[in-house]
Amino acid sequence: MDGRDESELAGLLRAAIAGDARAYGDFLLRAASLVRGFAGRKIVRGGIDAEDIVQETLLAIHLKRHTWRDDTPVTPWLFAIARYKLIDAFRRRGRREEVEMGEIAESFAQPEPDTVSDREIGRALDTLAPGQRAAVAAVCVDGRSISETAKHLGMSETTVRVALHRGLKAIGRRFGRS
Amino acid sequence: MDTNELVQLLAADARPRGASISSVWWGAVGLAITLAAAVFLATLDPRPDIVAAAETPRFLLKFVVAIMLAASAFGLDRALSRPGGTWRKAMPYLAAAPVLLAMAVIVELLLLPPDTWSAKLVGTNSVVCLTFIPLLGIGPLIIFLLALRHGAPARPILAGAVAGLLAGGIAATFYAVQCTDDSPLFVATWYTAAISGLAVAGAVGAHLFARW
Repeated sequence: MDGRDESELAGLLRAAIAGDARAYGDFLLRAASLVRGFAGRKIVRGGIDAEDIVQETLLAIHLKRHTWRDDTPVTPWLFAIARYKLIDAFRRRGRREEVEMGEIAESFAQPEPDTVSDREIGRALDTLAPGQRAAVAAVCVDGRSISETAKHLGMSETTVRVALHRGLKAIGRRFGRS
Repeated sequence: MDTNELVQLLAADARPRGASISSVWWGAVGLAITLAAAVFLATLDPRPDIVAAAETPRFLLKFVVAIMLAASAFGLDRALSRPGGTWRKAMPYLAAAPVLLAMAVIVELLLLPPDTWSAKLVGTNSVVCLTFIPLLGIGPLIIFLLALRHGAPARPILAGAVAGLLAGGIAATFYAVQCTDDSPLFVATWYTAAISGLAVAGAVGAHLFARW
């Protein structure tokens, strides 16, 4: 991380906010690798997957990008979001462990499910309204563009954009609450 | 969902971006002042001797302290609503209003004979003060909690408490127009108690509604 990275990142995010989706994708991938390093250093005990922190941070960056002042450095803003999401994950894990302990006390013969655990965000996807889920799944799982998704689902592009945006906000709200 | 898929998804949603947090704060404070003014006009009247009172330093001091509190809380909460914001730099300004009020209390104690202290402290309408400052402040507080919810406060409880101080500063400014107790002893006791109540309500409200 040096001054050049910082100004490149700021440039990418400024372009993204002006509507450049490609610059935004680049920005998010670079942000992801910074957060991955950060989370990897901070998580010393098991129980939290660094990649979950990466994904929750990216979603928060997206939903809260209006809180970045474009005349200030990006990285302090980005790491502050990552730190908040990490603390939030520790807090939620603490609560979940309590819940799991309670469940174990009630019925401790439950076999461990041996499916690979899906990402937290993937699980949140299942709770969306059908239209939102279809839009989100078409864009991210099938890798379609907005216009392809609109054609595929028989909706207007605006409807797809709105469904996508609302779906992302709904996923974000789940993390603030739980 | 792997991270590359998520990036693709977020990039597809690049266009709509919320209103910038700084314009939201200015809008919120304008709306809050309007709302507090409307509640004031609907429920209270200016004190009858306001013209004469306006020439006394004790009466004017109430406005200076309340506006200083609101201004410093406004600057601090704007910084607190942004991740990585420089809120620590804005923190010391929050002490300005309490320090000024404390100095006024000391001067008041020096000026007044000790046997009048308790009468000045109790005043004539502390219950009205404890009722109307929260009543004038609750609407503004809700507006500021919505602003915090739109932002991304990394310390929601602190940000909520400061939102309560901001709402309290605005409410106290309006309430002071009606209030006939001008002694700093009264202000330091009852205004502080009423504003602290709003700060606690703000902290709880932000803990419940401004997490993200």
